[in-house]
Order: sequence, then C-alpha cells, then structure tokens
Amino acid sequence: MNAVNASGWRPEMGAAGEDLNLATASGDRGLALEEKLIFELGRPGTCGVDMDEPRGEVLPGLTRFLRKAAPALPGLSEPETVRHYTRLSRQNYAIDLGPFPLGSCTMKHNPRLNEKMARLPGFADVHPLQPQQTVRGALEAINELAHWLIELTGMHGVAMTPKAGAHGELCGLLCIKAAIEARGEDRKLILVPESAHGTNPATAAFAGFSVESIPATEDGRVDLQALIGRLGPDVAGVMITNPNTCGLFERDMKAISDAVHAAGGYVYCDGANFNAVVGKVRPGDLGIDAMHINLHKTFSTPHGGGGPGSGPVVLSEALSPFGPLPFTAKTADGVVHLVEEEDAEGFGHSQAFGRMAAFHGQMGMFTRALTYILGHGADGLRQAAEDAVLNANYVLRSLEDVLNAPFAKAGPCMHEALFSDDGLPEGFTTLDIAKGLIDEGFHPMTVYFPLVVHGAMLVEPTETESKDGLDRFIGSMRSLAARARNADPSLKSAPHHAPRRRLDETLAARKPVLTWKESAGE
Amino acid sequence: MRYLPLTPAERAEMLGVIGVDSVDALFEDVPAAARLPGPVPGLPLHASEMAVERHMSALAAKNLSAGAAPFFLGAGAYRHHVPASVDHLIQRGEFLTAYTPYQPEIAQGTLQVLFEFQTQVARLLGTDVANASMYDGSTGCWEAVAMAARVTRRRKAVISGGLHPHYVETCRTMAHFTGDVIDARAPQLSGSADDAEVIAAIDGETSCVVVQYPDVLGRIPDLAAIAAAAQAKGALLIAVVTEPVALGLIEAPGHIGADIVVGEGQSLGVGLNFGGPHLGLFGCREKYVRQMPGRLCGQTVDAEGKRGFVLTLSTREQHIRREKATSNICTNAGLCALAFSIHMTLLGGEGLAKLARLNHQAARRTADALAAIPGVSVLNDAYVNEFTVVLPRDAREVVRELADRRVLGGVSLGRLYPGETSLANGLVVCASELTTDEDIAALASALSEVLEGVPA
Repeated sequence: MNAVNASGWRPEMGAAGEDLNLATASGDRGLALEEKLIFELGRPGTCGVDMDEPRGEVLPGLTRFLRKAAPALPGLSEPETVRHYTRLSRQNYAIDLGPFPLGSCTMKHNPRLNEKMARLPGFADVHPLQPQQTVRGALEAINELAHWLIELTGMHGVAMTPKAGAHGELCGLLCIKAAIEARGEDRKLILVPESAHGTNPATAAFAGFSVESIPATEDGRVDLQALIGRLGPDVAGVMITNPNTCGLFERDMKAISDAVHAAGGYVYCDGANFNAVVGKVRPGDLGIDAMHINLHKTFSTPHGGGGPGSGPVVLSEALSPFGPLPFTAKTADGVVHLVEEEDAEGFGHSQAFGRMAAFHGQMGMFTRALTYILGHGADGLRQAAEDAVLNANYVLRSLEDVLNAPFAKAGPCMHEALFSDDGLPEGFTTLDIAKGLIDEGFHPMTVYFPLVVHGAMLVEPTETESKDGLDRFIGSMRSLAARARNADPSLKSAPHHAPRRRLDETLAARKPVLTWKESAGE
Repeated sequence: MRYLPLTPAERAEMLGVIGVDSVDALFEDVPAAARLPGPVPGLPLHASEMAVERHMSALAAKNLSAGAAPFFLGAGAYRHHVPASVDHLIQRGEFLTAYTPYQPEIAQGTLQVLFEFQTQVARLLGTDVANASMYDGSTGCWEAVAMAARVTRRRKAVISGGLHPHYVETCRTMAHFTGDVIDARAPQLSGSADDAEVIAAIDGETSCVVVQYPDVLGRIPDLAAIAAAAQAKGALLIAVVTEPVALGLIEAPGHIGADIVVGEGQSLGVGLNFGGPHLGLFGCREKYVRQMPGRLCGQTVDAEGKRGFVLTLSTREQHIRREKATSNICTNAGLCALAFSIHMTLLGGEGLAKLARLNHQAARRTADALAAIPGVSVLNDAYVNEFTVVLPRDAREVVRELADRRVLGGVSLGRLYPGETSLANGLVVCASELTTDEDIAALASALSEVLEGVPA
C-alpha cells in the first residue's frame, strides 16, 4: 500500500484532489449503511411474532400482581428485524472477514460443523434437569471431552462447570483454598507475576486471597529467584501464565513448581495460551496443579462478540478431590452418570467445594469443542500447535527490522510475537499503528499489553492463517511502520475507512449514557 | 487437515526465513524431558467431517429432546418458541465470529446491539441501567450479593427460601471463601412465599435481601413489602428473575422497590442447551452504576461528531483495577445477549405481554387437568407459567416413571433439594406457549397411570 504518502493525500480525496467525503441525505454511502436504534425504528403495537390469541382470564390470585402496562419496548416486524440486524452485522469486523492477530486473546477459524453439531436437538433442546435416563448421550459427550482434556494435559481430573476462562481461574483458586483448608492451614497469599492477565489478580482477590506481584526478568520471564525468595508458610500458591504473555515459554516452569510445592503451595497456570503447546507439552508433566482451558482459544468455539466462554479446569491428583459439583463419572458398566450433591460420596468425591453455578456447564460449547477435537485428532492438534508457533516466529522475523521486538533475542517466541512502539518518532504510538491496521483491512493486534513492555503490540496469527495472509499482514505492518517513520500525519487520524472515526471514549466515561432515552434520541 | 492452510513447501520456506532447520527448534525452550515425541498416546487420530458428524449424531440420538415428548420442565431453564430469524441472524459470521468489541470503530454492530440490549433489559426489569450481560443468572446472583456488600459495607445476605437452590449453593460456595455470611431460609412446601420470615431475618448487619420473583415453586412474593423492610434497615433488595417471560404479565421488580434486579435471560432466544450457555441479566439503580460488575456499553461521538458506541467505565474492570476490580469478569455472553435482543425486538412489549398471557393460560389448563387426578393438589393460588403440585408419593420416582412413558413431567423437589424429605412429594410443573392440549392430556393420563401403579 504505497498510495498514502507524506504529500498531503488523504484517503477521502480523489486522484485530482477533490473532496470525495460528500454528505448524503440518508447518511448511507453506497453499501456503507447507517442504522438507527430499534427505539427510533419501532412503533407501538408492532409485533414480529404471530401467536395464538390467549384464551380465558388470569387466575384470580394473580390479579394484584399484574403489571399496569406492557413493558415500554418497541417491536419490529420480521422483515424490519432481519434488516436491522443484518445492517448492524456489517459494522463489525469478524474472523470470517480476516485475521484477528490478537495476542493472548486468540481468534481462529470457527468451523461451521461445530455449529451444526451443537444445534442437534439431542444437545440443544435438552433441559438440564431432565431425568438422567433421557440424557445419556449428552453426558457421554461431556465425559468424552473431559477425557480428551485430561489426556492432552496429563492431569488427573477436570472440572467442567466453569462458565468462562476467568470463572475457571476462580474455580482453580477455590480448589487450592479448599485443599489448604483440608490440611487445616490458613494461607492467604497468592503470588502473581507482573506479566499476568488482569483477570489473575482480580480472581485471586475475588476468591478471598491477598495478592503480591512477582517481577519479570529482563528477558521477559518470571524471576525465579525473586519467586523462590518470597515463598513461605503464608503462600497458598502462584498464578502463572505459560507460555507467558510476552510470548515466551517459561523455561523454569518445573523448577518453579518444585519450589512452590516444597513450600506447601500450589501452582495455578493460566491456560489461555495452551493452543501453542497442545499435543507438544503436557502441563501435568511440568508440575502444574490447576489450569483453565479457554475452549474458544484452543478448540475454536466462536467468541460471538464477547462470549459465551467456557473454562474447564484440569486438576492434579492433589486438587482433584476438591473440584466443584456436579461432575460426570463413568462406572464399570460403561454408563456415564451426572454426579450431584447426594451421590458425590459414592463416587469418591466427598471433599467437593460445592457448586459454582446453576446446572452442569456450557454444553453448547462442549459439543463445539468436541467436534473440533475429533476432526483434528491427537496428530492434528499437535500440527496446529506447531503451525501456530511457526506462524508467530515468521511474523517476528519478518518485522523485527522495522519494529522494536524487545525479546527477539530471548529465544523463539511461542504462539505470539511481541513488538513495542520504541523507536517510532515522537508523537507516533502503538494506537496509531493499531488504528492504521483497520484502514488496511485488519483487526488491530493486542495493544498496550503485556504491561511489562511500554507501548506493547502483541501479535498472534494462529494456525488457521495462510502464508499468503501472513505476507499481506506483514506488508501492511511494514507500510505502517514506514508511514510512522515518515511522520505521515494521516496515520494520526486513522481509521479513515471504518464505519466510525476515532470514538471519544473519555466523553463516554465522563458522561455515561448507558440506555436510550426518548429525549436524548436524535 | 482441513483447518490448517500451510503446505509442507510453505512450512519449509518459512523455516528458512526464520533461520532454523525444523519446527522442533522453535520449541527449544521447552525442557527436553517435557517434550512429547509424537501425538499424545491413547487418543484417536484425525477424522473426516463425515465420521465426526456420524459420531456426534449418534451421541445426540441417545437423548430424549424436549421437542420429542410432552414437556413440562422449568425451575430455572425454560423452553419457548424461538422465531427462526433469531438463530439465522446470530449465525451471521460478522456476529458469530467477532471478538469482544475493544476496537469500537470496527465493532459498531456488536456495540449498538449491546446498547439496545442494555436499554431493553433495563426497561424489562424496571431498573435505571443494565449491563451488557453476565454468564448466567446464578453467577449474576452472587455478583449482586458481592455488589451489595460493596455498596453497604456489610457482609450478610438474607436469602429467601424461594430462591433456586442452585443459586443459593452458588452464593454459599463463594461466601465460604470470601468470608461473607449467607443467612438462607429453608424452603417450605406452602402455598405462599416466605415474605414474613424473610422480613423478620433482616437486621442492621444485613447488606441485602435476595428474593426470587416468581420463586422456584412458582409463588409470587410481595416485593414492595420486602423492599420497604430492607430499605428501612439500610439493606438492598435484590430481586432474581429466572423466567423473564413472566415480566410480560407481572410488575417489573425495579418498579416495586428492588435496588438490583438479576435474571436468567435464557428464556428469550437462547434455548435450553442442557444448562448452558445461558445469559445473565443485571440491572440496578443509576447511583450504583460504578459498583456494578461486568461490561457496560455507552454512547459517545466520533471524530466527525457521529453517534457511536464504546465499552465504557472500564476503570471498574479487572484489566485496569486488577485486584481492586468490581469483579474478575472479562467477557459476557454477547452472542446470547444478541439472541435475547433479537427475540425481544421481534416481540416488542405488547408481544411479550401476549406471550406471557398465553403461557399463563397453558399453565392454568395444565394445573386444572392435574388437580383433577385423585391424590394430586396444586400448591399455589398465584403463579404465571410455573406452579407446584403435591403428589401422594416421592416425586423423584414419579418423574422417572413418567420418563419411561416418554413424558417429561416436571422437576421434582427431590432433584432440587436432595435430603429435604419434607419436600419430596413436590413437583414443579411448567407450561408455555408450546404446550398443546394433547401434551396436557398425555401428562394427565401418564401421571394417573403412574400414581395408580398401572404398569406401562
């Protein structure tokens, strides 16, 4: 992309320099469509669902509870509804449109077979409290996914009920706390390295622990000596991310685990980055006691604009007895049971810490993940991890001459490559590169994370990107780096080709408008 | 391997650019002892799309799906008709495969949906504001209890005996670890909700009172009276709605005194999914918004002055406040919120009111049919679409025997409250707009048979 240069050309100018940014009466520009809110489109009394007419009166006992008026909510006809949401969908970037090089967040191709299988009525149209005799296949599916997760991680057990990754972190920490209580000890401190996801310290605090930070070394890894120096009888455990958020493998993982165990603590691993090592390394072999697995990251369940997530937690032999209820278990006759409160003891699970949520987990995500896993198999998952690491290192080596790569000498990166805005001219920042990428047709990389690097840009291509796609991304990044070096002012006001220009986030926070109000409408 | 685009030639070329001989060299930081030499043993190798589909379909076929039998289960998860356009629209790749909207310029679709969703939820619950959804109702309920503790600086929650037992257990689990106190009333098999008992339990240490509306047995508590009693002692009222369709018929909790309203949104657009993913609704008074957990979408303008939407008030959140955050949540149930919002848009307020009325009438017909069976009595005198019947024997066994006759007859209180023998004969029955007269006749006939001990 060489069309943009320092000569003053703007994307909204034609070749002859005339202004192409003409207003239209509708607000639309060709196929770039503006869309009102449903509250501005709807009319009272409109309903897009045809229903039977209610027969008969309400129960006399209900009369005093009746609402005075129907909820003040607009309705749209079916065609209006379909058009509204279809038009809105076009204002979104999505993995189906192009790569999301989001380090630490990992977006990969979402196979549609997953969607088809999750919608089979035997999985989708089943009530969580149906008698067990009517849901044997669903329980078998959960147990089969559990088996894969245990084998791939080399762990002893798995808690399937957590609703999302951060909920899984909470589950792992509650297991640690329950195990410490069972030993009759009172350890209140969790050590969290600086490079950890923000959820890690928040989770530890939410589980009733206090939190202390452990610094990183100059090469982007946990400072082993600092960690060992802090261990003691007050430490319940450490939360560590491996591969870590600098994209590096914690070489000392086994030594860290051994030291923590020797001091009577447990090791929690944030498994967000398991996709980089699945099939290559088993966390259980590194001494980890608990690790959540984000099914959307490693096993391709869709992110859907912010979830649903699912965060099964694999557990070591030491922590397995404490996992939450309910869980599935297979008896010698091959039947899979859903074990709830009253049967837990019979299944050797008498120390379960209780229930973390209603029902038994994110079944819709389990069926998607299992579908993906079966397609890949043990060999395909290993290949996927290798390709993810290969793609990330290819990006790292293809950009390190134009962007600062702080840990490029610290060894190969794993699944994600870390750059920073060091070396860009005064006034040009990571945010400008990110917004410039939008104009290039890419979703920005993860920005300003991890915090251990100033102006971080964390790029994770994932294994489902082709070499051609990577080359185009690399080309765009090189062009943006060049524009920054040339102090191209148009980069400062990017994006120019998105549904919206830079949005005023300060205004949104200072004067929050969180719901639509008649008077505030346009 | 159809999901992996790289060819062997491209892999070799890329290794050349990186400057290593083999991909294994890229794993050199992993200690050799921890590196697996080949695929994890004990697991099958890759399979074709056809083989996977065959395997998954065989598992699904072992389940009796709700649509394949007369179906009367509720108790926190509800089966309603979902218009075909809902699932079609959420499967558009631009919604389905989008990330959390951190880059607002290219996520206006998701963000506008969340803003519309927040408004719909606030109006439905009768609250000033609502967040952009939680994992589900049960975890949202604990988040509300934790929020009330932050607002009141007190640590004791009084919980009504009518709150879904899974919600109570979720709160108990968390409170055990955080040091909060849960004073949960015991459930009673009686015709009306335990309002007086709940009110009597409120004291000067109480941060909040948690009341389900309608409750797990289908009864309707007097929220206005409980709100007045709670607020007189400086405590907040948290109302929990597991069946939002009910709010088409009965007054919104926020309109009758609730300070925080949480709910399970699965009823609209989401489907049963064997318990998940579901969708948490969360609304509160405007003055508490900075203590609210979860994601919030707000309106703003862009550099050209055009209206747009962004995630906002993130200074409450884990990625900024870390261990001081209002919760550790870093996602929501965006796709489920989208499904809810589309379904709600199709219905509109008046459509929801009509839907609620249809549900109520179906429940009344069901209750009348069951009450006519000797030995069966209906417990509640007020309900929307879910009520409790008392059977002459253990309802848990009755439910299993009904299932043998391919009738999914309800949720036994023995399943919900194992060990509570005083509740063992209770059966929670739910009807909806999907319940036909034939379904009701099938349930009544199967239940008569089971109770008379007639073999199948």
